[in-house]
Amino acid sequence: MKEILILAYKLLVNDKGKYTALLVGTTFSVFLIVQMTSSFAGILTKASATVINVGANIWVMDPGVNTVLNSIPMPDYVLDAVRSINGVKYAVPLYSGGALVKLHDGTYQPVMVVGLDDASLFGRPELLEGNIDDIFAENGFVVVKDEEFPKLKNPKLGTEFELNDHRGVIVGIAKVATGGLYGTPTLYTTYNRALQYIPSTRFTISYVLVEPKSNSDIAYIKQQVDRLGYLALTSGEFQDRISNYLKYQTGIGTNTLLMTVISFIVGLSISGQTFYTFILENLEHFGALKAIGAKGRELVYMILFQAAFTSLAGYGLGIGLSTLLITAAKLRLPEYASRLTYTNLGLAFLLVLIIASVSSYAGIRRVLKIEPFDIFRG
Amino acid sequence: MPAAAIVAEKLTKWFGQDGTRTYAVREVSFEANWGEMLYIVGPSGSGKTTLLSMISGILRPNSGSVNIGDRDLWSLSDDRIADFRLNTIGFVFQDYHLFPRLTTAENVAIPLILQKRSWSEALRAAARYLEVVGLADKADLPPTKLSGGEQQRVAIARAIVHQPKILVFDEPTASLDGETGRKIVSFVKTEILTAERCILIVTHDSRIFEYSNRIMSMEDGQISGFRQGEAV
Repeated sequence: MKEILILAYKLLVNDKGKYTALLVGTTFSVFLIVQMTSSFAGILTKASATVINVGANIWVMDPGVNTVLNSIPMPDYVLDAVRSINGVKYAVPLYSGGALVKLHDGTYQPVMVVGLDDASLFGRPELLEGNIDDIFAENGFVVVKDEEFPKLKNPKLGTEFELNDHRGVIVGIAKVATGGLYGTPTLYTTYNRALQYIPSTRFTISYVLVEPKSNSDIAYIKQQVDRLGYLALTSGEFQDRISNYLKYQTGIGTNTLLMTVISFIVGLSISGQTFYTFILENLEHFGALKAIGAKGRELVYMILFQAAFTSLAGYGLGIGLSTLLITAAKLRLPEYASRLTYTNLGLAFLLVLIIASVSSYAGIRRVLKIEPFDIFRG
Repeated sequence: MPAAAIVAEKLTKWFGQDGTRTYAVREVSFEANWGEMLYIVGPSGSGKTTLLSMISGILRPNSGSVNIGDRDLWSLSDDRIADFRLNTIGFVFQDYHLFPRLTTAENVAIPLILQKRSWSEALRAAARYLEVVGLADKADLPPTKLSGGEQQRVAIARAIVHQPKILVFDEPTASLDGETGRKIVSFVKTEILTAERCILIVTHDSRIFEYSNRIMSMEDGQISGFRQGEAV
């Protein structure tokens, strides 16, 4: 069988024009599919940035919450009620909200403020500069050095700013795992200072962060929180909730799906048409092979091999091209929201397999129908 | 080995449905012998190629039988018939049907590749047979770089590389000038035909009759007569 596949390989790659067209078609298709889905994956990851960066196991929230940013404040008793649930090791409040910062040069910049529990600073970021204890100092804020950092004019330790007529001072510069989606810099402070600086509603707690005693307690905690009229989600579930919101309740998911389908159709059209033409042009050769003594199934293996080889080569090139573009784009635009995930790669692989199958199916039908007698009589 | 290489009995082939049925070959019976070069001649549409196709396992007859050696060809399954063609028959098609994307040596090696010999072994054998047909120096060229006569010799090398017992040629000189055609057929007669081999040639070309052992004439799908070839 190996020799017949080598024959198929030579017949394919020695037809340089067609082979190039096939490769370009598949590569382009994979590139578009991966670009679209990677961008979407990047958006989803960034939309869950706070959940990832804070790193709590369980998040308690109002059932109406869809994304981290649109938190619905909860009354203080929720914190006490959650703390009293069996299986809760500890529970702390988290403030998350937007504010407007006046910079040293007089310009204004929207920021996201995360208020950490004063006692534990649970969910604090890793500091690159400064001391975390200084967050308790008067007016202390920690700024996240991410792609949005320059929007605050690259502050240093001791840089001052105004937040709702309150003085703020940078006491630490931190890094986080994932930058945010909405293009605003992030400031961390204590929970109480956040409430003090930012006008708030009657209820103040954005989220209650819960650490269970063990994983087996999670189900019970969720059940008890539900009885309170609130929602407890694990970190993964919360990220899924945010993803699902973006996928199904905004236009982003539909648009991405549409573009992915279009990319697939483009790839299928180019590759399918080219491959079918390739088979048609080689039909008499397949017929000659059949006349000489090749069996139908051997010709099928040859065509499947040719389709699979082209598709996998195109898949590899498409992934390579996408990786190159994403890497290059991130060097120039650090906030570029694009992320290659195994799901993206798997989806692209699946679609490439479909392209290969559909392309080869039409060719196989033609080749199996050809009669050696037609070749013999010329 | 049976005396007759090929025994065809009452071979019939028609095309079309009942109402528009057209007979291409009607109840043709004949024998061809080992060591014989048998020509099948006749006007266009007389059923020569159809008959050759049924004898070589390419076209299933509507009725009749073909025995090659001691095997009833059309009683075999499709896969076994494909195997039979691969191992017993060597084809030289009218248009050669060489693969332009392969080298000359790779073209010649195709029957061995289909026999699942290793690629290197097949190419070594192909090189030997290219030498037999006088094209050893053209092994690495694509067939498109060769003249018509050279392409014909490549097709012959491909037909004999797996040492088949039966060789079938369909209009071997149709695309060649008279001199080249005679050279090719003379070469086949002297170098390829052996006592253990039978060669069937369908042709219109009377200029090559001198190399035949026997000539079978066909008209309207039936045998109209036999005569001794001029080589006898």
